[in-house]
Amino acid sequence: MKTYDLPDKRGHFGPYGGTFVAETLISALDELCTKYEYYRDDAEFQAEFFHELKHYVGRPSPVYHARRWSAYLGGAQILLKREDLNHTGAHKINNTVGQALLARRMGKSRIIAETGAGQHGVASATVAARYGMECVVYMGSEDVKRQATNVYRMKLLGATVIPVDSGSRTLKDALNEAMRDWVTNVNNTYYIIGTVAGPHPYPMMVRDFQAIIGNEAKKQMLEEYGRQPDALIACVGGGSNAIGLFYPYIGEENVRMIGVEAAGKGIDTQEHAATLVTGRPGVLHGNRTYLIQDENGQIIETHSISAGLDYPGVGPEHAWLKDCGRAEYVAVTDDEALAAFHALCRFEGIIPALESSHALAYAAKLAPTLNKNQLLLVNLSGRGDKDMITVAQQSGITL
Amino acid sequence: MNRIESVFSRLKSQNRAALIPFITAGDPDSAATVALMHRLTQAGVDLIELGVPFSDPMADGPTIQRSSERALKHHISLKDVFAIVAEFRKTNQNTPVVLMGYANPIEAMGHENFAQAASHAGVDGVLVVDYPPEECAEWVAHLKAQHIDPIFLLSPTTPESRIKQVAELARGYVYYVSLKGVTGASHLDLQEVGNRLSQLRAHIKIPIGVGFGIRDEQTARSIAEQADAVVIGSRIVEEIEHSSKTDLLMNVGALVESLRRAVDTRSNSSATGK
Repeated sequence: MKTYDLPDKRGHFGPYGGTFVAETLISALDELCTKYEYYRDDAEFQAEFFHELKHYVGRPSPVYHARRWSAYLGGAQILLKREDLNHTGAHKINNTVGQALLARRMGKSRIIAETGAGQHGVASATVAARYGMECVVYMGSEDVKRQATNVYRMKLLGATVIPVDSGSRTLKDALNEAMRDWVTNVNNTYYIIGTVAGPHPYPMMVRDFQAIIGNEAKKQMLEEYGRQPDALIACVGGGSNAIGLFYPYIGEENVRMIGVEAAGKGIDTQEHAATLVTGRPGVLHGNRTYLIQDENGQIIETHSISAGLDYPGVGPEHAWLKDCGRAEYVAVTDDEALAAFHALCRFEGIIPALESSHALAYAAKLAPTLNKNQLLLVNLSGRGDKDMITVAQQSGITL
Repeated sequence: MNRIESVFSRLKSQNRAALIPFITAGDPDSAATVALMHRLTQAGVDLIELGVPFSDPMADGPTIQRSSERALKHHISLKDVFAIVAEFRKTNQNTPVVLMGYANPIEAMGHENFAQAASHAGVDGVLVVDYPPEECAEWVAHLKAQHIDPIFLLSPTTPESRIKQVAELARGYVYYVSLKGVTGASHLDLQEVGNRLSQLRAHIKIPIGVGFGIRDEQTARSIAEQADAVVIGSRIVEEIEHSSKTDLLMNVGALVESLRRAVDTRSNSSATGK
């Protein structure tokens, strides 16, 4: 494989990515691009970023061998990259720290963010508090109801949460509203996008901040196992935790990369969020990528038990990795994810996020087909404390 | 000379600014849209911008988003929009129709198919909000092959280098977004608009329309004194939203007639500057 150097200057990953936004946003994106490209290579910026990751986030996160679960499954050894141990409980904080540091250098005093389940909102509110910035989080009014704990968490951290009543009242509507705020208040406002989607430079920038996951893993694998894993497995909604793990491995051709999407109630039903597995390319939220859409190009509402995977698009770099065959994308259902959730609780004493449980569910399918010397590295992107109410409901329990 | 050129050339000789209303196709339904288009031309509009409904209209404010949602309730697709234009064209051969919308419905149909169908229906121009000039060379080529004008947006933050880029691609007219924000917002700095228009005219040789934030007769009149065209969307869509089926044409007609009078009473001393 040639040296991988995507995206191009304008943010294209093959035919995907790019800058598909209204003219009113172009100058803000140009400014962001220029500043990011400068600070990406700035030693002082990088030093502060890594200092914060170490002392505030708690990195590096360990690679943990899930011995009892692997033995039970009776095949490949399952290793977990423990992003669940980060401050705030998920990988999201890697990116919000990076973008908040950039916002500060750009002289922006106000940050805005969109959130679905609330995890990115919490991670944004957290860094806003840490760096003394005003924070406004847009959240679909349906999600505000479903995620009351995270809404309260954001308020505790000093953020203003604005419920969005338009459209389906979920993540994509919150994203639309955040874009509108940014267009209107771009002079003092920095928009922190939480995933590897949106217009250039977001997919590249968020990837770069999340690449700490794969860079650490490569080093840890060599140190502890003397080799790299046979496959990487990560869940894909927008795809930031997956790209964070995959990106440093793109050139390692012997390492399979497997992205796991949410099949919801089944990919043959209308209720899923398996964008790469079932979708078609189109343009949404500033980039060209695979989308879940109807025959007329209207975006369809998605479903997943895990709010963090409930999104009708996907990062453009994943679209490219799928088309060029470097990564594989599969989907697992709500039920399969729940089964893996319970298995990890019982076998390893780790309560995983429902998002990460999708990656675990696929590992549980794949491991028994491989031999005991093979290694699967699963990105345990977040912890499941936030999912207690959802999981209890699935078991018919009211908390 | 195509329909858009004819209209602006006639208006220039009359020293008048164009009045361009925006309505969403299929809001409240297809038949009503055709009737509204005829009523708008009776009220004296020069060109009609017809919105193509989309599930995620990011650059629009809540008023136009709701109109999109009303149209999508009965599944108005691009094919329905073309049918609306074709129906309008049966009895109106003169008023240009410009489609305005978002990229994805067009991508789903395919650029070439879209351009052919649009031309067949009698569409004169297309503005795709999320196709900035650097992403749409192929798209513009397909439109031009069918003699459809690609319309582009310019904003208060567009730098000079991009103004030149748009000047090369744009046909028909360009649409200057008069404020930072979304459609329907309400803070408009008239002096700023004037300054920017002179700057734009150094590069843009086709007419310049101004929209976003024009909500009443007074603002319409002030904009008409500086721009070649006044675009009014949210205010008209609001009128549609608040009207019943029976008084829809009457209410929208009365509103647009008053806007027409306002645009035509601009003081001649400060005409377009060209």
